[in-house]
Amino acid sequence: MKSLMAKPWIWSFVAALSVWLATIGVTAGASFVGLSQAALTFAAFSVLVGIGQMFVITLGPGNIDLSVPATMTLAGTVALKFMDGHNGLIVHGLIIALAVGIGVGVLNYALIKALRIPPIIATLSMSFIVQSAAIWTNRGLRIKPPQALADFTTSTSFGIPNIALLALLISIVAWVLLHRTPYGRWIAAIGQSLPAARMAGIAVDGNRFVTYLLCASLAAVCGYLLACFSGGAALNMGAEYLLMSIAVVVIGGTAVAGGDSNVPGIWGASLFMFLVVSMLNTYGLGAGVRLIMTGAIIIAVILLASGRKAGAR
Amino acid sequence: MRVSADTLRLAVPVASFLLLLGGVFFLQPRTMSYNGLHLLFNLAVPIALATIAQMLIMAVNDLDLSMGTFVSFVACVAATYLHDTPLMGVLILLAAIATYAALGVVIYLRNLPSIVVTLGMSFVWAGLAVLILPVPGGTAPEWARAVMISKPPLVPMAIVASALLAVFAHLLIMRSSLGVLIRGVGGNQRSVQRAGWSILVARASAYALAASFAVAAGICLVGLTTSADANIALRYTLLSIAGVIFGGGEFTGGRISPIGAVIGALTLTLAGSFLSFLRISPDWQIGAQGAILIMVLALRLLLNRLESKGRVA
Repeated sequence: MKSLMAKPWIWSFVAALSVWLATIGVTAGASFVGLSQAALTFAAFSVLVGIGQMFVITLGPGNIDLSVPATMTLAGTVALKFMDGHNGLIVHGLIIALAVGIGVGVLNYALIKALRIPPIIATLSMSFIVQSAAIWTNRGLRIKPPQALADFTTSTSFGIPNIALLALLISIVAWVLLHRTPYGRWIAAIGQSLPAARMAGIAVDGNRFVTYLLCASLAAVCGYLLACFSGGAALNMGAEYLLMSIAVVVIGGTAVAGGDSNVPGIWGASLFMFLVVSMLNTYGLGAGVRLIMTGAIIIAVILLASGRKAGAR
Repeated sequence: MRVSADTLRLAVPVASFLLLLGGVFFLQPRTMSYNGLHLLFNLAVPIALATIAQMLIMAVNDLDLSMGTFVSFVACVAATYLHDTPLMGVLILLAAIATYAALGVVIYLRNLPSIVVTLGMSFVWAGLAVLILPVPGGTAPEWARAVMISKPPLVPMAIVASALLAVFAHLLIMRSSLGVLIRGVGGNQRSVQRAGWSILVARASAYALAASFAVAAGICLVGLTTSADANIALRYTLLSIAGVIFGGGEFTGGRISPIGAVIGALTLTLAGSFLSFLRISPDWQIGAQGAILIMVLALRLLLNRLESKGRVA
């Protein structure tokens, strides 16, 4: 029990569980299945972008990918436009979305490396260009996703949403990648001290490059799935995932300064972020009060979680 | 001829600003007049104030993701309480500044990630703004309006205000002992502590000063727009961060330049006008802003290279 309490990710789950209970309590259990399934579905999207962002944040101070929302929008738009509602083109669409992600990732790292721009500014500049590209391709069209894919993203298997199962699968892969492969050790080492990692003979550039690729690809996949889930790509569909992707990583107990990351916490934090909003909705509060409560709860969680260890800035 | 490092640091922002200004003059010669300059730089004043605020937070190695929502909140207060019941308005704004100082203290004492705390606060400010002004409206205080539309002889108000701000911020942050203390905390907190200074006081005053500049930004903005709404300044968060980096500041180490930050903010504003004069398709307006950001940063890299070459020779 004590070792469990010492895990950095436990607090996000404690927070998510208490909010879940508080919501279920108000509705006297009536919303049990609906709320849980909705929470798992929407958390899954946050988890997908959160995992990518986590790998980037692991790289150390200043490493944050701000192009996540624009990448999601562009990947969703382009893939949907290509598939044009045909079931036979689902795989092609996914490949195209991935190609968009990889393209953005390559350009992101090219800017960071060639111009030695801080990653935040590089990915921000890139996101402007990607967003413009999305506006240009989208042109206000709303193309329906292929029926089979739309059905897959909105239905459940064994009572669990398919999207959540998919996100779980990717999370497991991410966990193995982070804790059981040399790559995971390398990026943690880079995050703890870049000069030391370089001295130790780690291919710093290669690893950082792969990480930015990974983050952009996951954002692209998430955009692809989200566009199909919501019945079409919208230009603002990625907007809320900018802060969300950062928030779920940090609330989940990953060190903002890098070098110390964990995957389970992203799930706890994603569930928590969704449940807070739905709890406040259930209580029937106005928009203003709801926003204030959301902020207060985020700060409360980070205050509670900070008790665990010093020096985690 | 000896040139100090600080002056060199300013070279890129100044050069890119002049280049862009030349471009605007070339494309639209009519801007080369009193009124033309007034219109070009009008909206730059609040952005420059917010950039100085962000710079103060970045001086102590933190980052404020709530800058945009905070300026919006101030704008809402200015257009309602500060206009209707000035005393109440002043009290609210003072309380907001005190909140910022308290945040600085809490972030230091509990060793919290500033990104997450300010992310949480951004929800709080947004919620408060919505409560104060549920629909766009309100009236700017007469004096704020009068200052912003006043027409000093020879040079437009926007230029005078920016120049005054640059000089004032420079004296405050680069020349006063408090400014040195704040930058010292960003450079090496432990050595400042060992030298007998109070980190608590330094961080609290950095945050309080930042809030004061942000309050000024909100009031200026309302003075220009005559009314407010809860989302009026959301883009200031990213603009202010970009402005600081643009102006030669760094994310860590207390390396900042107030004059550079003001010029950075002016340049970002100018980039928008430049693009509309170029008649770029609206689809690509945002993308072109990204491209300009990248070009300026490339220029900075080039000049840095020249600088280090000069040192060797």
